Amino acid sequence: MKSNESTQPSSAVAEQQDERLQKVSFWKKALSRPELGALAGTVLVLAFFIVAASGTGMFTPAGIVNFLEVAAQLGIIATAAALLMIGGEFDLSIGSMIGLAGILISIPAVQYGWPLWAAILLAFACAGLVGWINGNLVNKTGLPSFIVTLGFLFILRGLAIGISRLLTGRTQIGGVHEHIPGDWFASLFSGEVATGLFAWMASQGWIATNFADNPVVTGIPVSIVWWLALTAIATWVLLCTPYGNWIFASGGDKNAARNSGVPVQRVKISLFMFTAFSATIFACLQVMDTGSADTIRGLLKELEAIIAVVIGGALLTGGYGSAIGAALGALIFGMVQMGIFYTGVNTDWFQVFLGMMLLVAVLFNNYMRKKAMEAK
Amino acid sequence: MSERTPMIEMRNVSKHFGSVIALSDISMKVCSGEVMCLLGDNGAGKSTLIKTLSGVHSPSHGEMYLDGKAVHFKSPAYALDAGIATVFQDLAMIPLMSITRNFFMGREPTVGWGPLKRIDWKYADRIAKQEMAKIGIDVRDPSQPVGTLSGGERQCVAIARAVYFGAKVLILDEPTSALGVKQASVVLRYIAKARADGLAVIFITHNVHHAFPVADAFTLLARGGSLGTFRKEDITREEVLNMMAGGAELESLDAELAEFQRSDQQKKSQVV
Repeated sequence: MKSNESTQPSSAVAEQQDERLQKVSFWKKALSRPELGALAGTVLVLAFFIVAASGTGMFTPAGIVNFLEVAAQLGIIATAAALLMIGGEFDLSIGSMIGLAGILISIPAVQYGWPLWAAILLAFACAGLVGWINGNLVNKTGLPSFIVTLGFLFILRGLAIGISRLLTGRTQIGGVHEHIPGDWFASLFSGEVATGLFAWMASQGWIATNFADNPVVTGIPVSIVWWLALTAIATWVLLCTPYGNWIFASGGDKNAARNSGVPVQRVKISLFMFTAFSATIFACLQVMDTGSADTIRGLLKELEAIIAVVIGGALLTGGYGSAIGAALGALIFGMVQMGIFYTGVNTDWFQVFLGMMLLVAVLFNNYMRKKAMEAK
Repeated sequence: MSERTPMIEMRNVSKHFGSVIALSDISMKVCSGEVMCLLGDNGAGKSTLIKTLSGVHSPSHGEMYLDGKAVHFKSPAYALDAGIATVFQDLAMIPLMSITRNFFMGREPTVGWGPLKRIDWKYADRIAKQEMAKIGIDVRDPSQPVGTLSGGERQCVAIARAVYFGAKVLILDEPTSALGVKQASVVLRYIAKARADGLAVIFITHNVHHAFPVADAFTLLARGGSLGTFRKEDITREEVLNMMAGGAELESLDAELAEFQRSDQQKKSQVV
């Protein structure tokens, strides 16, 4: 719409406004945001389970914390995967990195008596190295990141199994729990926050208590805090910082970005490092929670993260997407996974639903992007 | 004029892509306050030359000097930092990003400090709108994606961006190809103004009516080599046109057109 032959009187106010600018309604503006589809999906899924799972305990405090925890774990890696996808690349090695990071935390701590903080730092250092190698390989060879990280999917999984079998003779390492108390760094990844608030709410009779008068939900799991914090930081970075602009530019057209002075290679390397770090955060939370590591942890998580990101409105080709969308995608994922359990439907159907969600999301996103590119 | 230190100078620059010699032994200098027009057929090496100057390619042999100092650009970011801004033929625009995001891509204005350092969107939007207004495009909404703009409007964004960030050297690769008459004349006025401000301007065009009025000198490229630099006072518009098109081809084109006209008239007379 180039011109809008409006019939409004040309008052002083109307003259200030550009006559070619239509009054864009709030809805039309919202339609051009990438996370809109995910928001609609979230409302839909929420409404569905409020009806279908009513009276099953899904929406009691305990039930809510349950599905939020599932969403949070996925959301942590989905946030990083979203930034990377907006930057124009994939990382299929996230899931294997989770398995390897778990091994790198627990073997030094359990087998060799390292303090946990040192073991966690080792895992982060190795993750950084893996991300750096991924990024450099993609930059230097020009190969699709799909292929490069597919290679690392197998390399890292194999390393996890090989290292743990070599050093311990097993593929599962337990007994991490006893190392957590007193370790300030490990406590960042374990336990709950706001326990006092929940105890107080229970004392006021606002949330249910068990036989011993303790609240059923004792606090917010720390994974949810990590999830929300990472989503908030990623959103801030994307929307408000030069680095965020570089991410969009690198994913949109890397030659144009480079020609405009964007350090595309550095942006991509840092994004690959961030996905590897996020996998390590995931592994820390899981190891601290369960007290053990297993070489097959994180299987298929890379694909789940990509699903969450795509449901969240990101373009597979890069240059478009949002971290909030990825968080909503993870939330949908968590609600569906736990909701199917609560409604008593055979959980075999979960994957059918997941695949359908992905297809619907991609079709919807395609349609929305075309809409966004039409002259407003 | 030759006693002055050139703003930008290439000495014996060559560029090879594998076995292909895209540029061979090019020497060229442009002083500040001077407009150099690059002429040549398609594939003559004009764009490669420009991309070498702007840091996209690094030369295989030879040196470049900016204001008398030897420079080596590892990427376009270094060239930009040194004050060389370029309008590329493909415009280096990202359709899904907003006008403002494109305008300041790689050069974002920030406010705040430390981890709270952020893009000053208000300032950025204002400057983008204002610079676009100067070139004669009244931007409706600087947050709209560049993909919603017409080709000419996109070209104007790229030119406005280069003019805004070009401190010493302004390079334009066919900047007027998609522009209407009004915008093209604004671009030419920009070039004249950049010259008056003491910038060195390097300019590619296929339009002699755009090239002749603003250029101070013409460098003719053919098959990767330079056929020489001609000062404007030593050359006529017709000679420039001939150099642009390759004189021989133009003459045969004239002959062909005359042939068409003749056969048209024959047909007409038959009908009558």
